[in-house]
Amino acid sequence: MKFLIYFLFLWNFKVYDTPYDAGGEITIEWEWPTQIKDKRADSVIIWRKKEGEEFKKIKKLVTIQNFYKDSGLKNNEKYFYKITIYYKDKIFESEKILFAIPKEQYFHLGRLNIMIGAFLFVGFILFFISRAKRGISLFLRKIPGLDAVEEAIGRATEMGRPILYIPGLSGVSDVATIASLNILSHVVKKAASYETSIIVPNRDPVVYLIAREVVKEALSLAGRPDLFDPDSVYYVTDSQFGYASAVCGIMVREKPATNFFLGMFWAESLILAETGATTGAIQIAGTDAVTQLPFFITACDYTLIGEELYAASAYLSREPVLVSTIRAQDMMKAIIWIIIFLSGIFGIFGKMPFNFIFGG
Amino acid sequence: MKFLEYLAKIDRRIIYLILVISIIIPLIKPLNLPVGTSHPVKSLFDFIEKQPEGAVILLSVDYDASVYPECHPMARAIARHVLSKNLRLICLTLNPAGTGLALEIITQIPNEYNKKYGEDYVFLGFRPDITATILGLGEDIRKIFPYDYFGNKTDTLKIFKDVKNYDNIALVVSISGSALPVSWIYLARGRYGQDIAAGVTAVMAADYYPYLRTGQFVGLLGGMKGAAEYEKLINKKELATSGMDAISISHILIIIFVIIGNIGYIFVLKRRKK
Amino acid sequence: MLQKQVPMFICFLMGLLLFFQFYIPASWSQNFYNTILRWILGISSFAIVLGVVSLIRHHLRKIRKKEDLPYSITLIFSIFATTLIGFIGGIKSGTLFDKIFNYIQIPLQSSMFAILAFYMASAAYRAFRARNVEATLLLLSAFVVMIGVIGIGDLIHPFVPSFAQWILDVPNLAAKRGIAIGVGLGIIATSIKIILGIERNWLGR
Repeated sequence: MKFLIYFLFLWNFKVYDTPYDAGGEITIEWEWPTQIKDKRADSVIIWRKKEGEEFKKIKKLVTIQNFYKDSGLKNNEKYFYKITIYYKDKIFESEKILFAIPKEQYFHLGRLNIMIGAFLFVGFILFFISRAKRGISLFLRKIPGLDAVEEAIGRATEMGRPILYIPGLSGVSDVATIASLNILSHVVKKAASYETSIIVPNRDPVVYLIAREVVKEALSLAGRPDLFDPDSVYYVTDSQFGYASAVCGIMVREKPATNFFLGMFWAESLILAETGATTGAIQIAGTDAVTQLPFFITACDYTLIGEELYAASAYLSREPVLVSTIRAQDMMKAIIWIIIFLSGIFGIFGKMPFNFIFGG
Repeated sequence: MKFLEYLAKIDRRIIYLILVISIIIPLIKPLNLPVGTSHPVKSLFDFIEKQPEGAVILLSVDYDASVYPECHPMARAIARHVLSKNLRLICLTLNPAGTGLALEIITQIPNEYNKKYGEDYVFLGFRPDITATILGLGEDIRKIFPYDYFGNKTDTLKIFKDVKNYDNIALVVSISGSALPVSWIYLARGRYGQDIAAGVTAVMAADYYPYLRTGQFVGLLGGMKGAAEYEKLINKKELATSGMDAISISHILIIIFVIIGNIGYIFVLKRRKK
Repeated sequence: MLQKQVPMFICFLMGLLLFFQFYIPASWSQNFYNTILRWILGISSFAIVLGVVSLIRHHLRKIRKKEDLPYSITLIFSIFATTLIGFIGGIKSGTLFDKIFNYIQIPLQSSMFAILAFYMASAAYRAFRARNVEATLLLLSAFVVMIGVIGIGDLIHPFVPSFAQWILDVPNLAAKRGIAIGVGLGIIATSIKIILGIERNWLGR
């Protein structure tokens, strides 16, 4: 078979040290020759050699991607590359041989925007904390779900029934779980003043250990360490639906007057909320899992949507320092809102001037 | 008039009973309600359809029993399609609970097409470290799986004579009830340029459409509807198709209950205003 | 005082280190990160032991007090029986342990998931009431989407499934993204509060 050979021009073929990595990797990038209509060659052969050596075939690719990352290399050594592209009866060879030197990087410039955003956020937090310490009060809009916490605890006291608190099904590495444990502390302190018992079944063993300490310490701070019942906080199972059925059993047998579902939930959210609704309990839910919010909203009396869960600790305690962090969040939201709005306007004219902010 | 009031507070047990009856009937006697064909499902079907004989498809059974009704029919339909086209099938799982489910596919479906184990299809079993496994498959499958699920040395299996890594695999299909398909994109496609397709639950499908639009997924099956559409395309109606009849009936029933509830609610409101 | 200060100092130090680790791609940074991940796995493994001990003690206490006797006895028996069966007979395919998993655990898990269908019907019936304009809009959208995703939508009119998909792709996705932005900022704020020691309730204070 007769092959037609074309040469790629130098600017179509690039070789460079993979940026922002621990070293040992070189990226080979190429543009598809215009003769390859669907940008899918039969194969691409990558050749590599070190100084004084012969070229060796290191990779044969069958892919639409126009790059390859050669890893496992030694840092600070020169590596030479050429590529050959096979397409039907044509062969394309790189005209020149290029080289690169893999190096270890010490700062990820591509994440600089994230760092700036984080420092900006921290700056806002510190600014509003200083305002709060000077006595300048900050407005917080009403969150009905959190206003109802006291009422819900009071209801449980009147009916002489316990409170059921579910801190979500995720582990402690999920921030929603930590937010839930913060709220648990508040709820326990309030319940202690009414001598109302609280049941906290857990799906994660680490969360169980933390929840136990939170309940114990909160009761101590409320001046009622005698109310601590080690049986009230326990680990159930790490099986998702096993946990859901255990909690449903608790709801049907113990008949708590108040159910709190605060944290991360998945498919079992509706099972928990509906079973609680059948027992006639007042239910307050809060999650940042967007897919589960509709189920909680339909089946619960009050729902904390997304960031309201994270604002709960500040809202309940009304500590100026905590409230000021919510104001900082609002400032960042305002900035994002302005960028989205302006991007929408520019986007109508086909311009995207703010892409660099988000790494695009 | 009391009847109209009652409509607003029907006992939930009556609702459950009517739902149970209306779901069981189409499962026993299929209604054969029409099932359309959406573009994401057709894309995956066409991709497998145009593969030459002997091409290798890797099926990753990354789900557990809790999403069995949605994900298992997808895996079965794809295995059927692959084997019926005389393509070769490599099956593995990255979810420990998926082993039994993958085994069910491997022991039943190839026999229908007289396929030979080790030559036309193979089951590699479960590997715990997702990142290491997906990356390792791009270097040498036999190093990651020195033995298959049944204890055979992968070196001795005929299928691996010309299959070493992603270079020799036409498509990876990840069927999952979690975020595993995204790991396949980041690791297999991002690093090795491997073509990926996914089958996920209906709730998760909406989150994966951005990947489909950017071409990172070759195709996408969403929920039981996606599985039913694929069964229609391969002309083998099974669990998903009969399940879709039940889903269709239950959707209509829920709408009827909601309408009934609202009729009762509006009547109660009017009565209170009087 | 040490009970409070030491955990907070550890939290601050690790938070700061891992924050800066994210921006340093060098190999020693990646090694540090991988070491931390392995420590997390190790600590979690010990926590499982404590969790199971707590569960057994909880139910043994219930048995002694004769509360919910059948459930607690079943649980204690299941834990010990399954563990013994696994140790004695092994856990490979075909063993009794495997059969317990396939014929008891899997059907139980699937049944719990299946219960969702009934709960969804009763929740929809109870909650989807046209109380105001927004609720009515929600109701109508729900109708369109429910009809659009099944074959009957196509039969009624080809526009129905496309409109249903538009509802999912545009207004639904816009709301989800708005909530996701708020959640993202909330996560950052909560994390900063915990690292800087502003938020201490998770310590029980």
